[in-house]
Amino acid sequence: MLSKDQVKKIANLARIEITDQESEKYSKELSDILGFVEKLNEADTDGFEPIAHITGAKNITREDKVLEYSDEAKENIIKNFPEKKDRFDKVKAVF
Amino acid sequence: MIRNLHEKLIKQEITSEKLTEEYFARIDEKDPEIQAYLSLNKEFALDKARAVDKKIKSGEEIDLLAGIPCAVKDNMCIEGLPVTAGSKVLENYTASYDATVVSKLKESDAVFLGKTNMDEFAMGSSTENSAFQTTKNPHDTVRVPGGSSGGSAASVAAEESVWALGSDTGGSIRQPASLCGVVGLKPTYGMVSRHGLIAMASSLDQIGPITSSVEDAAIVLSRIAGKDRFDSTTMETAEKKYEDFLGANIAGLKVGIPKEYFEGDGLDPRVRELIEKSVQKYKSLGAEIVDISLPNADFALATYYIIMPSEVSSNLARFDGIRFGQSVGAKSERTGADYTLWDIYFKTRAKYLGKEVKRRIMLGTYALSAGYYDQYYLKAQKVRALIKKEFEETYKKVDIILGPTSPTPAFRVGEKTENPLEMYLADIYTVTANIAGVPAISFPCGTIETDGKNLPVGLQLMGKWFDEETLLNAAYIFEQST
Repeated sequence: MLSKDQVKKIANLARIEITDQESEKYSKELSDILGFVEKLNEADTDGFEPIAHITGAKNITREDKVLEYSDEAKENIIKNFPEKKDRFDKVKAVF
Repeated sequence: MIRNLHEKLIKQEITSEKLTEEYFARIDEKDPEIQAYLSLNKEFALDKARAVDKKIKSGEEIDLLAGIPCAVKDNMCIEGLPVTAGSKVLENYTASYDATVVSKLKESDAVFLGKTNMDEFAMGSSTENSAFQTTKNPHDTVRVPGGSSGGSAASVAAEESVWALGSDTGGSIRQPASLCGVVGLKPTYGMVSRHGLIAMASSLDQIGPITSSVEDAAIVLSRIAGKDRFDSTTMETAEKKYEDFLGANIAGLKVGIPKEYFEGDGLDPRVRELIEKSVQKYKSLGAEIVDISLPNADFALATYYIIMPSEVSSNLARFDGIRFGQSVGAKSERTGADYTLWDIYFKTRAKYLGKEVKRRIMLGTYALSAGYYDQYYLKAQKVRALIKKEFEETYKKVDIILGPTSPTPAFRVGEKTENPLEMYLADIYTVTANIAGVPAISFPCGTIETDGKNLPVGLQLMGKWFDEETLLNAAYIFEQST
């Protein structure tokens, strides 16, 4: 069972603001789902290496080459900035 | 259906412009009730249609998909058009490039009617998690179309598109295809590029067609598959026109029936009966029915609910109000106080992400957090290896695995929204194919009469890795004999 405090800690890691009421709801819902996935402990995985995906492909490389975007595409990216100054994405001070 | 329309186009019995207008007229008539589309693309579509008509007039050879009106799930980018992934956080966002599947279809001169509704970020099995609207099942409009590609499936079923693209992470193409009585194909992981698809769980996501026939699914697959330098998981595969390999005799085809699929009490007995009839039909078509057991497939759904949210928590970290999408802005609207960077992250994500999305981000964050990683994520990755091994062994004995797509026909709007875990069980038969990475198709095998409506039921076949040819043919032979 996940406590409300644990839920708040997770929300903090996930950068989501939650209310006290929400943390109570999440505590129940997430505990239900975690209860369900407990089932995995019954799986005998001795001798199995974890795999991240199915094709077995690894270290796929390509030439590190700059491909020029069209001016229109560049403007489309800039248009999507929530806050901008001239053609820059405006961000709050980090420190 | 596609080939038929193509013949009419090249014989100049119809024009693509006329055909496209007919589809828009049908959308105008039906979509206020069905609500399959989130945005339409009239001008752009008719321009393309006229360009195809011009090519036909001048005697140019055109592709099978040329001039045929289709729909695209709203989590795939078409340059210059909105793409929302069914989320408020991407409301008013415009795509700045084409997804690889879209640029391939543009080469084929396909006509894009619009973008279809979906559960937010493809998280759901009913479209009820869309931040904008709930699509209705064309067979009974008090019921859901399934999800997450519910808009795409409903658009095909209501003839508001000839065919549509969907994406499938745990069943999101096949389950709505089953509930809407159409064909849905999830190709092998690594077959189709996801570049330009808004990622949900990258080790499971795959794009595929939703169509009204198996042949149509084959036609679309042939045009979207292939290695792409923008998606490193795509594999080099033989270029093939899958539609040219349909109709081969299936005598001796080994069809495996996993006993576990029929043991659970979640399976509606009326669905079970239709699936059992379908097994008999395969037998009468010459297939060899083999009883098999997939004991570890039982872990697939639990594995899925660790791997998927973990990848979700990472993929959706980009929706932070900084570079794109909705943001709470620099200041509090209420007090006028300046927000800090931290405030922008927390408040943007709280305000613009939906309930289910937040639930999965939180679940994934927990599964990946210090102290729990080994217990959840690492364990799930080992079980994935175990399931893969089980499929490898099984495919030494059989060519195809047969089962239901969904445990029930379409359920009512609102029936499962209160209990997330119950909604998750809608994917019980479909997630295994994503965990194992194998191709899988759902196609209609009958209907169940409920409340005076005939609700469709889908049959699911799973094939061997990259052997879409055998899979599509097995589905085609069944379809043709009905």
